[in-house]
Amino acid sequence: MSDNLTLPAQQGPADTTTPETLLEVEGLTKHFPIYGGFPIKRKVGAVQAVDGVDLTVGVGESVGLVGESGCGKSTTGRLITRLMEPTAGRITYAGQDITHASRKQLAPVRSEIQMIFQDPYSSLNPRQTVGSIIKAPMEVNGIEPAGGREKKVRELLELVGLNPEHYNRFPHEFSGGQRQRIGVARALALEPKLIVADEPVSALDVSIQAQVVNLLQEVQKELGIAFLFIAHDLAVVRHFSQRVAVMYLGKVVEVGDRDSIYNHPRHPYTHALLSAVPEIDLDGEGEARERIRLTGDVPSPISPPSGCRFRTRCWKAQDKCASEEPPLVKLSGSREGHLTACHFPEEPTLQGRAQDVVMDPALKALEGDGAGKD
Amino acid sequence: MTTLTKTEDASAPTGPESFLSVRDLKVTFSTEDGPVKAVDGLSFDVQRGKTLGIVGESGSGKSVTNLTILGLHSPRTTTVDGEIVMDGKELITASEKELEQLRGNKMAMIFQDPLTALSPFYTVGRQLSEPFMKHRGASKKEAKDRAIEMLTKVGIPQPKTRFDDYPHQFSGGMRQRAMIAMALMCDPDLLIADEPTTALDVTVQAQILDLLKDLQQEFGSAIIFITHDLGVISQMADDLLVMYAGRAVERGSAREVMSTPKHPYTWGLLSSMPRLDSNLDEALEPIPGAPPSLLTPPDGCRFHPRCAYTDLVPGNQCSTTRPPLGDGRASACHLTAEQKQTLFIDKIQPRLR
Amino acid sequence: MLQFIIRRTLGAVVTLFLIGAATFFLFVAAPSDYASLACGKDCSPQRLADIREALGLNLPVAQQFWDFMTGIFMGRDFPTGHCSAPCLGQSFYSGEMVWSTIMDRFPLTLTLTVGGSIVFLVVGIGAGMLAAFRRGSFVDKFATGASMVLSSFQIYFLGPIVLVILVYSTGLMEDPKYVPLTQDPVGWFVGMSIPVCVMATIFTAQYTRMARSSMIEQLAEEHVRTARAKGMSKKYVFFRYAWRGSLIPIVTVFGIDFSAMLGGAVVTELTFSLQGIGRLAVNGATTKDLPLTMGVMLVGAFFILIVNILTDIAYAFIDPRVRLS
Repeated sequence: MSDNLTLPAQQGPADTTTPETLLEVEGLTKHFPIYGGFPIKRKVGAVQAVDGVDLTVGVGESVGLVGESGCGKSTTGRLITRLMEPTAGRITYAGQDITHASRKQLAPVRSEIQMIFQDPYSSLNPRQTVGSIIKAPMEVNGIEPAGGREKKVRELLELVGLNPEHYNRFPHEFSGGQRQRIGVARALALEPKLIVADEPVSALDVSIQAQVVNLLQEVQKELGIAFLFIAHDLAVVRHFSQRVAVMYLGKVVEVGDRDSIYNHPRHPYTHALLSAVPEIDLDGEGEARERIRLTGDVPSPISPPSGCRFRTRCWKAQDKCASEEPPLVKLSGSREGHLTACHFPEEPTLQGRAQDVVMDPALKALEGDGAGKD
Repeated sequence: MTTLTKTEDASAPTGPESFLSVRDLKVTFSTEDGPVKAVDGLSFDVQRGKTLGIVGESGSGKSVTNLTILGLHSPRTTTVDGEIVMDGKELITASEKELEQLRGNKMAMIFQDPLTALSPFYTVGRQLSEPFMKHRGASKKEAKDRAIEMLTKVGIPQPKTRFDDYPHQFSGGMRQRAMIAMALMCDPDLLIADEPTTALDVTVQAQILDLLKDLQQEFGSAIIFITHDLGVISQMADDLLVMYAGRAVERGSAREVMSTPKHPYTWGLLSSMPRLDSNLDEALEPIPGAPPSLLTPPDGCRFHPRCAYTDLVPGNQCSTTRPPLGDGRASACHLTAEQKQTLFIDKIQPRLR
Repeated sequence: MLQFIIRRTLGAVVTLFLIGAATFFLFVAAPSDYASLACGKDCSPQRLADIREALGLNLPVAQQFWDFMTGIFMGRDFPTGHCSAPCLGQSFYSGEMVWSTIMDRFPLTLTLTVGGSIVFLVVGIGAGMLAAFRRGSFVDKFATGASMVLSSFQIYFLGPIVLVILVYSTGLMEDPKYVPLTQDPVGWFVGMSIPVCVMATIFTAQYTRMARSSMIEQLAEEHVRTARAKGMSKKYVFFRYAWRGSLIPIVTVFGIDFSAMLGGAVVTELTFSLQGIGRLAVNGATTKDLPLTMGVMLVGAFFILIVNILTDIAYAFIDPRVRLS
């Protein structure tokens, strides 16, 4: 499983293990216009939430999409499920271009692409029973499964680890984790081929999170459903996804198989992200990981930096980074299918460095210039 | 069913230098559905210049405990029992006036969401200056100088101009920095940080955590750091208290608790959490069920309905008797020390590597 | 800010024009007009035609509308005399110029509105805040209970009771009447005190409840807790942090109430037999007096639009996050 995601020009001879492509996204863009001006309001700018994202998801494959808030990962999910209309780019699902498909054209596809939302409290209608919530997608799409809809719902409830007897209960009678299971059951009702899960576990407590992650993993493996798993938690994504794309300010900066991204990242931002994850010190021996501390927050997507968008926070940035946007390509030394958009990539290792990268001025001042603390 | 140290209240179990000591704290909210025992017999100590981490899930009572230390619980609906002694001063019985003198001065707090925790109506500078003027009797000018000094220290660029900005003009990370600066204005001895990085992105979180650590070295404050994130707490805490359903279930140095946890709930937390270095062939091991309602908490050990090891305890102790939490390195569980050790080595540890 | 005001003022002019047009054409579309009412029972077609011609109703509707609207800016000439801008036409019924009629009645309406507002804002917000500050205390229970009872009263119920007690049975006060402030300040105050207070009482009850709940909501805000955690006193936090946020819903509702009252407090005027703008509106509608109705409508709409703009500006002053554009 490797090179099903790459620039079109680079598509080499297909690996035999490469899964058939289910979803292909090219140059996907979403700009939210900003209005202002005087005396008549007009479009004065745009929030470039998603700006040219390329991505593929194979049949039965789980792809992780990670990034910090404002990187456009959720918008990407909503564009793919066509809950939002893309500004530009192309979405191809099972060979069919659905970028601007009308409601009617979309109908057969809608049932095959489902979504699971972050907040298990607001994404379930409090006035409907669990039964009718899960049944609704079948009704809307006029699907009558063998044995009737109710029987199907009870099967689904059982599948997601809930008691089928709870058919007539209301969402408020369930805990957060159970509600998320209801959300999963609803997504499964139409036997989808692709599920876009937008932060499906981040609202849950740690002990409950694992329950839902495991459930999704079973669903993915046993039913062979492809997943686009959108999350900010790198550890959860690592657990769930075979392939991972890292987004920054509306662009994919690095994508590759799990091992490449988590153990041999090339993009400085991926390095910074991984190094920022606070790790449990299980053996009590401290760590030999690199320490990278960026400065400030992610810049505004209204006027993103020119060239490479990460350059304003990057320790390797040079003039070229401002003038020239790095293409998302395979770098020498990277594995097949591991693409990075960087002019000056890092070494593919996470080992601690001779000197920590500390960009933050306050930390620099407190720790003494340049010198690493530990 | 009292847990511990009722008899030796005065002398703290972890030594004489403990700066804050909480003994048998009970916090009960009266609600329409009945009393909620949010905190039920909690004891712990914080030492000068050290960080105590309190880890637990939502509803474990960790935030309530710390609002109670500051005396910020609603007196109308809350009853508080037990003892909270800070630097020789009993806080539960202290008057509102006395508490006002301490808050923001000797003890300060950093809240989870800096967007809602800072007033939208006043400039950051004004909000920073207020406690300094109140507690130090400083003039507006002096307070401004101090505020700019602190803003510089926490890494706000152009602090002189940012002084006059409103919180909504700051980014999320900058707001939390301003919040930290505000808490440190009067150089407090105790800093309570309630999930200070939960609302932040991971790269910003890393900056803020390091900043807190570095500032602690400079200011020497004791910190109570509350979080649900085991990774964060592992980075931050010297000592650790694991809370479940209003009670402490395990205590020890952070290193001990992480490397040789003794309570089944701690085991559950550790093995349900995905890590960057965990073995991917091993599925996560969630804790079954959900945390109990504190309106009708289970008898005995509150964790027993979700615990896999109750069969190993003779009789039905787990469901009848509250397991005591001893002094120092301890866990509140009826399993014997040998059982805990064998279970951990045989069942839990292999999962964590 | 200036841009905002200019843009909103332009918008208001357009809105006023549309309101005027809607009123005018709806009125004309009604099955009977003033002429047929004035013509009486044994109305000959000739007489009807004469009346219509005298009132200008024989002209095309668009022409009538155009004359009316241009008159506002340029003034108009009527057979009875010149009507200078702003001219809202001549009342069919009384033959008086509508503008001067409205200007005659306006001081009374203004007295009711401003006087009432001062009373209910001060008393209502004060009581509501006190109740919130001492939540659960006797003061709170009393304020909540009283406002509950009073807000279920109506002016036409409370008004006569007060009149009976203070005027008719004890003779402590005289019947309410309006004396211009410039003529006799004491008489103005005494004459209007009963209507103002009765009207304000009903509003006070509403504002007490609103201020209390809004304040309690604000006190639960996290930034209020932060301020307490800094060691600021309860009082300080109450008046500096919570109060400001609680103003926003109050300003919103007050804007609506204030502009509605300026457009005429019909029930109050009727209850106390006062001649304000509200009365004019009722008269205009019942007698099919087109110019009068148009005049009252436009003046009322004008106030609503102005107060709307002022409310938005007030938001920006209260909350720095609000940007006017």
